[in-house]
Amino acid sequence: MAKVICECGYSNPEGTDLCEACGKPLNEKAKQQTLVDMRYEGVARRSQTYNKSIVDKVWNFFSSVKVGIWIIILTLLASSLGTIFPQEMYIPNNVSAAEHYQEEYGVLGQIYYTLGLHNMYSSWWYMALIASLGISLIIASLDRVVPLYRVLKHQKVSRNEGFLRRQRMFGEMTVPAGENQLEAAKHILKKRKFKIREEGDNLVAEKGRFSRWGPYVNHVGLIIFLTGAMLRFFPGMYVDEVVWVREGETEVVPGTDGEYFVENEQFFLEMYDENDETFATALERAGGNIVETFQTDAIVYEREEGGTIGEEPDLQELKRDEIRVNEPLTFDGFSLYQVDYKLNELNVMSLEMVNRETGESVGELQIDLFNPESEYDLGDGYRVVIDSYFPNFEFNEEGEPSTISSIPDNPAFIFQMFSPEHEEEGEYSFVGIQRNEDVFGENDYEMSFQNVETKNVTGLTVRKDNTLPFIAAGGIIFMIGLIQGSYWSHRRVWLKKENGKLLYAGHANKHWQTLKRDFEALYEEAGISPPVDQVAEKEQAEEKKKQQEGGS
Amino acid sequence: MEQLSGNLLLTAFFLYLLATILFAVSVTGRKWRDKSGDMTGNKWGTLGFLAALGGFLFAAGYFVTRWMASGHAPVSNMFEYTTFLGIAIGFAFLILYSIYKSNVLGMFAMPIIMLIIAYASIFPTEVEPLIPALQSYWLQIHVTTTALGQGILAIGFVAGLIYLIRTVDFSKGGKKVFWLEFIMFSMLTVAAFVIIRYAFNIFGYQTVFQYTDENGAQAEMIYELPPILGPNNGQLIQQGSWEPLFLLPEWIRSDDANTLVWTFAAAIVLYAVIRLLLRKPLSQFLQPLIRGVSPDKVDELSYRAIAIGFPVFTLGGLIFAMIWAQIAWTRFWGWDPKEVWALITFLFYAAYLHLRLTRGWHGERSAWLCVIGFAIIMFNLVFVNLVIAGLHSYA
Ligand code: HEM
Repeated sequence: MAKVICECGYSNPEGTDLCEACGKPLNEKAKQQTLVDMRYEGVARRSQTYNKSIVDKVWNFFSSVKVGIWIIILTLLASSLGTIFPQEMYIPNNVSAAEHYQEEYGVLGQIYYTLGLHNMYSSWWYMALIASLGISLIIASLDRVVPLYRVLKHQKVSRNEGFLRRQRMFGEMTVPAGENQLEAAKHILKKRKFKIREEGDNLVAEKGRFSRWGPYVNHVGLIIFLTGAMLRFFPGMYVDEVVWVREGETEVVPGTDGEYFVENEQFFLEMYDENDETFATALERAGGNIVETFQTDAIVYEREEGGTIGEEPDLQELKRDEIRVNEPLTFDGFSLYQVDYKLNELNVMSLEMVNRETGESVGELQIDLFNPESEYDLGDGYRVVIDSYFPNFEFNEEGEPSTISSIPDNPAFIFQMFSPEHEEEGEYSFVGIQRNEDVFGENDYEMSFQNVETKNVTGLTVRKDNTLPFIAAGGIIFMIGLIQGSYWSHRRVWLKKENGKLLYAGHANKHWQTLKRDFEALYEEAGISPPVDQVAEKEQAEEKKKQQEGGS
Repeated sequence: MEQLSGNLLLTAFFLYLLATILFAVSVTGRKWRDKSGDMTGNKWGTLGFLAALGGFLFAAGYFVTRWMASGHAPVSNMFEYTTFLGIAIGFAFLILYSIYKSNVLGMFAMPIIMLIIAYASIFPTEVEPLIPALQSYWLQIHVTTTALGQGILAIGFVAGLIYLIRTVDFSKGGKKVFWLEFIMFSMLTVAAFVIIRYAFNIFGYQTVFQYTDENGAQAEMIYELPPILGPNNGQLIQQGSWEPLFLLPEWIRSDDANTLVWTFAAAIVLYAVIRLLLRKPLSQFLQPLIRGVSPDKVDELSYRAIAIGFPVFTLGGLIFAMIWAQIAWTRFWGWDPKEVWALITFLFYAAYLHLRLTRGWHGERSAWLCVIGFAIIMFNLVFVNLVIAGLHSYA
């Protein structure tokens, strides 16, 4: 690598605009500018220096902020597309997506569906955008942070005059004999919490350098965050299951390899009190029904070590808690959330076998709708056999009795009733909710509905997310970097006494008004006349010129 | 308590009106230049600041008393949230004023705060019970931080607007003048909406339609404004109103469409009257009044506001939002429209910062970006809440 040796003796890497030590403009471009580009202190950056190999080209592409901004803007525009209509996960799941979008949103909905915008955020091109955002972040940051660190470390106190004159804030004055403005300035700047370094008749006061690292810290945070988001797709990092538990029952927690079980002691919901005066108007407008609480009283069990597989597991109580919306139950990295419920699910149905002629009952049976027995013996030669059971009864397309699901929302039975009179064949009876029919005409006995027990069912989401530590770390680091870079600024004031003249210049990476206030203090307390803001001066001159042109 | 709370807010509103007047006097009245060329030296600005401070304190009083009345932080519905955004802008103004002592900022920020609080008061104002999903202290943390961030970003917009009014060349006309005037018109539209609603409200206007809804069922719809557009198969079932000129198909919310028509009609009349009185575009009228303002300084002020507001918004609108979503909805991110629009706001301001810091977009371009950013925030508040989310709950 060719080195550029400055007259101050410092050896700079190829591509340097301003000497890293004294700031002297090193190449023609920098020499001709009336103001130096201080963005990265004129340091050599890889992306500005090499452009030969493929690696150079890729590096230069992604390190360009122009490209970075385009990626941000494209991500922004793409993200907004996905909100025109609801995403697939938010539409009702009893219709096909294709139909839903067409029916609800017409032709536009159809286009939306065809373009895949209904599932946009997991599409390959959206992922590619996010990935290129990440790559760009990494390369652009590396391209800048390394040289920036080096130059800020090597900067010398004594600065080249050409460097000072090309600063946005620059001033010069003749020093009245017998005054030591350098010393006075040092005190004032020290009082204003600047860090002072001196070298002969040169002084540099610096403040808030650490804020220069803010953008890089926040970019690192973002990269960790994005990495965490990607880990989601590795098996075992993420569990997303649902478990339904009836009151009084215990179910295995899915996603835990049969390790944990959850019992629902009870589930209930509570409404706001309609007579509550505070909310009277609002409750009236809502028709009086606003839920205050959904709650499951749950117990989590852990399987005992050493139980034989296939046997009823031995369970050890691990945790007992109330699960509400906003208050999940957490154990061993898993969380159980209250997300759904079903009230008054049919559970046990009781029926009597009745002699039609006398109206006398010959016995009662209690059927567990989730686990009916095949035969119920009522004694004295009476027994009932369940011929068929339809938990959620309907007539199918062929007009035959069938069931929609195994949940007893609308249970129906075909019973075979045996009695001393009908010992061999029995009699057939079809019983459902509000239905009681002989299958073959005249029966001597019938099954009469007594009552039904119901239970509440709770729907819990089981969640484990091992990416959370990454997400959290990324978020925290991002915020730290953001605050570091936003709420502080990096300011420097250079003073140089030479041949009876005082030269002074200032640079702030942002918030110049604050730097101007520092100079005001130097003026008021040390008599150093305010420097010229060369940028503002140029703009004012341009405005004046424009006005004159407009006027003539 | 609820009554007291309302009165405190009303007082705050009038203090903001007072502050507007005082700041306007301070900017347009007599003054002199100091050595660095800035305008200083009249007392009106300080008085304006005191009025703005008073306005904020009364508004804070509203917030506290309403919290006591309802038992939860008043940030849970459109009225409460929008009002809080207005209060947050007021607070953000106090911060930025203490750094830059800019009276012109007050002259423009105060009316915008009033506009937002007035707009908020159109929504139902009674205290509502919290549904289970909202019962979390993260509601308060997340919403207040987000609103504060948006409030500070809004000050960035106000300063950007001042920059544009100060520097745009009206003699040339063209797109810039058009869009600047469009911003003025948009603000008048909000004012017109509030005025119309209050005007008919004072006279107790209301009428009821019977109509056929999108499921083919009969339903009733209450109109707060006289019907120009009526609902599908609408029949007036209350005397004392005129018949609608048109009936709309069932898939449009006709009461909202009707309000929209009224609002735009009123806004156009309002704008036309003002324009006739001034005989020039509103923004052009304002330009000479703020000639003493240094463009460079308001430009930096606007950037400073964004630099302060962006981290606050990110913390509230994304990070706290994710923490709460993880607790309430089992996942920290779900691509819900509200979330996505918070992300879009974040990306937009990130782009702004990069353009400014590394591509030198200062002054005018930066000011236009501030305007767009604020438009995105308002879009998220109004459109995503009332229209996109409305589709959601309805689907
Ligand atoms: C959403 C993603 C991003 C966020 C939130 C973000 C955030 C930031 C912030 C807050 C700053 C400081 C700005 C200021 O102080 O005014 C910054 C600076 C910067 N960002 Fe990003 N950034 C993102 C993506 C990118 C990308 C993709 C690139 C790639 C080109 C990039 C390159 C830079 C550079 C070069 C700086 C200036 C650093 C310096 O001058 O010290 N950023 N970024």
